[in-house]
Amino acid sequence: MARDLPPLAAYAMRLGDDALILGQRLSEWCGHAPALEVDLSLANVALDQIGQATHFLGLAGEIEGKGRDADALAFRRDVMDFTNCLLVEQPNGDFAQTIARQFLFSHYQELLYAALATSKDARFAAVAAKAVKEVTYHATLASDWVVRLGDGTDESRARMIAGLDWMWRFADELFAMDEIDAAALAAGVGVDKAALRGAWDQRVDAVLAEATLERPPARRPVLGGRAGRHSEHLGHLLTEMQFLQRAYPGATW
Amino acid sequence: MSDPKKEWPLWEVFVRGKGGLSHRHVGSVHAADAKMAVEHARDTYTRRLEGVSLWVVPSAEITASDPGDAAALFEPAEDKVYRHPTFYSIPDHIKHL
Repeated sequence: MARDLPPLAAYAMRLGDDALILGQRLSEWCGHAPALEVDLSLANVALDQIGQATHFLGLAGEIEGKGRDADALAFRRDVMDFTNCLLVEQPNGDFAQTIARQFLFSHYQELLYAALATSKDARFAAVAAKAVKEVTYHATLASDWVVRLGDGTDESRARMIAGLDWMWRFADELFAMDEIDAAALAAGVGVDKAALRGAWDQRVDAVLAEATLERPPARRPVLGGRAGRHSEHLGHLLTEMQFLQRAYPGATW
Repeated sequence: MSDPKKEWPLWEVFVRGKGGLSHRHVGSVHAADAKMAVEHARDTYTRRLEGVSLWVVPSAEITASDPGDAAALFEPAEDKVYRHPTFYSIPDHIKHL
């Protein structure tokens, strides 16, 4: 279980889980996007995320020191052992809903990685410094689409509003600090996520204003992902993602 | 996307491989405007470290020579080999020429 891990291993794991689950979700678009070019855009973002997941989960296994590598952590854990935030496991819905999720998450992830790049732990800092360049582009791409859809046709606007409405209640969890985050911060390794909220609000509000969209009304936040309490959607995602290793344990090619 | 009139316009993509080289035509993308065209060109044509700079140009803005004029335009050059600088011998110590 995640709570039995050393705090820094658990910290690396949640960074990896966020990236892994978002990468898997985006991969579901492959071959289905509205245009060939958009298909490639989403697949590129997905691959960036899966690459980051490989580094962070590998680091989690290394700190844990029980011989589990990134693949073991990705494919041989059950749903309650995943510590990703609820936002990234939300279903793709239509293109606007996918963009809403990406928009809220990428701006958070960019701020997070920029701060993590100054971590005292060189292993975390190195992954974050490389990944922040990737994520900066993801945030730009998603923001551009929010503006296009929000300030587009009646239909695209309605879909963008509905997508943001779906995802908005999961935004607060991104900035919530629990004991793992506090331990990682105290060790000089982790990031004070609560302190990122102001910059995130500014960025998100600026894009929404350009998109002529209202910020969705504040609602009771939904939390629990970091403690393994997930929505029903994650289990379905894992059955597909983990099928091969469950059907043929240890299979390689 | 089945109605061609609803498709995004086409843009020609040019990539500069590295500093000092010229932009080379690599293909085309569909996009609603120039900003989207740059993003699509980035995602489609520079995934494997192919370039350091991108140009996108609306395909409709390109004026092409008429294939019917090819004989008058290009064939007169066929027998003018003296226009090639191949009659000079290059000293051995000159590299990169």
